[in-house]
Amino acid sequence: MKQKDMTQDEYYRGIRMVPYDLVKELMLALAGVGIVAIAAAAIISSPDEPPVTIASWSQDDPVDFVTTATGELAGTTTSAGYGQPYNSTEDAAQKWGPFSPQTWFGVRIPIDSANTFVIQPLQRAAFSNSELSSALDAWSKAGSDQQGKWTDAYTKALADAKVVDNKVTVADGDYGSLPVMMSNLLGMAQSGGLDGLLQISGRFYQTDYTPALLFMGDGGYLGTLADKWSLHGDQWGMMNETGQYPGQTWLWLYTMWYQVFPFTDEQGVLGLNAGNADLGVIIIMTLLTAALALVPLIPILRDIPRWVPIHRLIWRGYYAPRKAKA
Amino acid sequence: MDANSESLTQAGRESANWTLRVRRFIDRVLPMDHLLPDRQPYFVGSWVYVFGVITLASLVWVVVSGVVRSFMGPQWWHVSSVGRFFNSLHFWSVQMFFIFMVLHLWGQYFMASWRHGRAATWLIGVVIFAASILTAFTGYLSQQNFDSQFIAVNAKDAMNGAGIGAFFNVLNFGQMYGLHVMLLPIAVTFLVAWHIVMVRTKGVVKPIDAEGVSKS
Repeated sequence: MKQKDMTQDEYYRGIRMVPYDLVKELMLALAGVGIVAIAAAAIISSPDEPPVTIASWSQDDPVDFVTTATGELAGTTTSAGYGQPYNSTEDAAQKWGPFSPQTWFGVRIPIDSANTFVIQPLQRAAFSNSELSSALDAWSKAGSDQQGKWTDAYTKALADAKVVDNKVTVADGDYGSLPVMMSNLLGMAQSGGLDGLLQISGRFYQTDYTPALLFMGDGGYLGTLADKWSLHGDQWGMMNETGQYPGQTWLWLYTMWYQVFPFTDEQGVLGLNAGNADLGVIIIMTLLTAALALVPLIPILRDIPRWVPIHRLIWRGYYAPRKAKA
Repeated sequence: MDANSESLTQAGRESANWTLRVRRFIDRVLPMDHLLPDRQPYFVGSWVYVFGVITLASLVWVVVSGVVRSFMGPQWWHVSSVGRFFNSLHFWSVQMFFIFMVLHLWGQYFMASWRHGRAATWLIGVVIFAASILTAFTGYLSQQNFDSQFIAVNAKDAMNGAGIGAFFNVLNFGQMYGLHVMLLPIAVTFLVAWHIVMVRTKGVVKPIDAEGVSKS
């Protein structure tokens, strides 16, 4: 009979058995892990950096906030041109040759960046604000060409913007309704009102923060804060946490691919490059995980333990007497 | 009816009894002295064998601290020192769980523990590793702090690039929290139980090239 078909009693026949206490071993392990975990919890604690709010972002970096909001109107932000699953921007989805799983399920989480992040919140605030109401009216009546000229000019002017009393001022120019719209949006954000307005979904309870996080992600503020904690992808960010705490260190191999060619290069090789790094890394990790699961079936991989004598250390008690006999 | 035919009728009744058949199957496949053994082969003497049980013990602490936290709600630990302690207990238990699971995995690899009909045990172990990574990932996304915000904003690109983001929205706290406190822990616990039953059913593998052992 082959070993794999044997019962346990048959498999161990002829092998010396020694006393063992499984339950005691488990209880000792529970106690040991408990002591270490409780001591670490009590002494070292755990990280908890407060979340960024739209209010804190707009108060700490009003220029970045207004620049991002203007970008949403211009359609130049990441989320505005993201592609699936938020919108159907052409050629925006990551792909490797004809393989583009990002497009397979279409727009399942529709986000219209300009309307969701800027226009709709302003419309809600305009009911008691005739100046804002007129500005929105003028914006909507202007053609897309005119809107584009205003956003271009305003974006350029924001590069030299000044912040006085937490308000953003730019050099005089033809920006149409934008200064009034942005001034109101900034005020609403700084008061905390925009945090709530971005979560409005027509339902009382809310647990989906997709709009607010996409809006924040379009700005530079979140990334600036993340930089000091080394949380960015090119800083092995997945392995790090805020403060001096370990992060998801078990993702070291996953995050490593983002640090090496071809995923650091715009040109790359074989169609894999920085532009489709997420897709490329997911493909590689899927293949590696499958290989790990199927190690017993893969020649060389399954033979390495036999070639590398680490097993002789692990079972040194077993191998030692055989050497003595020889 | 003679004694012989009465005995055959009794046997027929028993073979039709589903409960009895299940009990006999369990007795045959995993008798109690295999599930909770008080003896083991003499070659099971390395510390490498302890990594598995420490991983299991860490999982128990992860679940216990997680149950307390899920009972008190996701915001409790931000406003309560006791809550912060339970978060820290959860955090360090998770760190130990992964450290010892990886050590267990490497140990089993260099022992080629899939030999002699144990490939499925290895396969389930790798699935547990992957499911645990996903569970921890949803936990990081459920923290409701800066770290979870930044992870969500960045991880969405990987999920969307792979086409998963259409259904697994890392920006949706409710979805991530539900997965983290309910579905994924149940999946990991079930898989770990299955893995242990398979180990106890077959027993630990013999040393590589043990005397009288084929390479099958």
